[in-house]
Amino acid sequence: MHIRLKIWRQESPDAAGSMKSYTLDQVDPDMSFLEMLDMLNEQLLQHGERVIEFDHDCREGICGQCGIMINGRAHGPLKHTTTCQLHMRTFREGEEIWLEPFRATAFPVKCDLKIDRSAFDRIIQAGGYISVSTGAAPEANSIPVGHPVAEAAFDAAACIGCGACVAVCKNSSAALFTGAKISHLVLLPQGEIESQARVQRMVNQMDAEGFGHCSNTEACEAECPQQISVLHIARMNWEFNKAQVLKK
Amino acid sequence: MGQWKQKTLNRKNWMALTGLFLCFFLVIHLLGNLQLLLPDERAHLQFNAYSHLLSGNILIKIISWVLYASITAHVIYAVVLTVTNTRASAKKYHYDKRGAVSKWYSRNMGVLGTIIFIFLVIHFRDFWYVYKFGQLPLDSAGNKDLYRLVTAVYSELWYVLLYVICMIALCYHLLHGFFSAARTLGVYHPRYAGWISIFGWVFSIVICAGFALIPLYVHFLK
Repeated sequence: MHIRLKIWRQESPDAAGSMKSYTLDQVDPDMSFLEMLDMLNEQLLQHGERVIEFDHDCREGICGQCGIMINGRAHGPLKHTTTCQLHMRTFREGEEIWLEPFRATAFPVKCDLKIDRSAFDRIIQAGGYISVSTGAAPEANSIPVGHPVAEAAFDAAACIGCGACVAVCKNSSAALFTGAKISHLVLLPQGEIESQARVQRMVNQMDAEGFGHCSNTEACEAECPQQISVLHIARMNWEFNKAQVLKK
Repeated sequence: MGQWKQKTLNRKNWMALTGLFLCFFLVIHLLGNLQLLLPDERAHLQFNAYSHLLSGNILIKIISWVLYASITAHVIYAVVLTVTNTRASAKKYHYDKRGAVSKWYSRNMGVLGTIIFIFLVIHFRDFWYVYKFGQLPLDSAGNKDLYRLVTAVYSELWYVLLYVICMIALCYHLLHGFFSAARTLGVYHPRYAGWISIFGWVFSIVICAGFALIPLYVHFLK
């Protein structure tokens, strides 16, 4: 198939970027979106041009590295899909496809479609862990956890941190990401112990990174590759309010 | 981050609490105003007596001060939230179809809120200000004749249309605002979150239809 591309090109974090046009022929409809970009990059290399930089790693939808705004939608036109799991058959013959990096003040563009998502890492560093001495793996059944609780915690833990929630949010809010990480830990007995201090530290960091407020538009859940529920945002709010009331 | 800086979630809490108080006020306000739908003679004296009763009651005075504070805080926090959100999302997309996955009114609460605010200014000027500080004639029972003022104002068709349009804006504001407030305050249980969504829909439609009905009824049927 033949496609036309409009791609955001930006040489460095401080450089001014712009949309550049490309055309690509003989694209296999069964190619993944990233394979299509590989194909374009090969052609650019052959012509001695600078390749298009984009984030990717596992290419099987679980690492959270890839993330491109495709035709104005986070990870493209399909719901609950990562960019690497999007295939060219989703697009029409001759279609013009717009590619931009995920945009948010807290996610500065490093180069082309590559962004700096270390703000998420710092939110995790602020409290997204449990404080235990590491050693050999403990006996799994020493702390009983009911199956529904384990499943609920895992639903939240499934967040891959791709940043689509921030990209699609009109306020660039990181509430779904932070809420999922807080929910995941607070549901389990090991994580519940530090829940009060954790929620305050993580929310503080989320604010310090310059993310916006959550307006509960629920766009984040619709675009999330892992279908993380917006109710995790409500749980974060609950945990936060509880911590505010009970803090000493 | 400085300790003086209020957390984003706290700002949202204030929006939610003031918004829910305003929702509570709407119920009381509508129940009182439904007296305008009574037959003319009865509505006239009863509505004026009711208005007089409210203006002299200490409990209502306290509620009215909380009301003024809530409106002011809701507006100020809305501005603060908008400024923060604009700063957080300053970089715009060249091609933006994000609206496909959320409801238009959930993304435009500020616009809807501004329409409601303009309506409130007009509403306060025409009724609240005139009743409190203006010269109103007295009815046969000796109460300020607010009823005649209301029926005179609602005899203007453009005014009735303005009211109905503003009530539609209020309805959309509440459709998102009510359930959003509950989420902000932390209702995460799927069952209760679901019930609150349904209740929010019913509440928004009943309240706004009730408020829109009054000027329409007075204009066309009185």
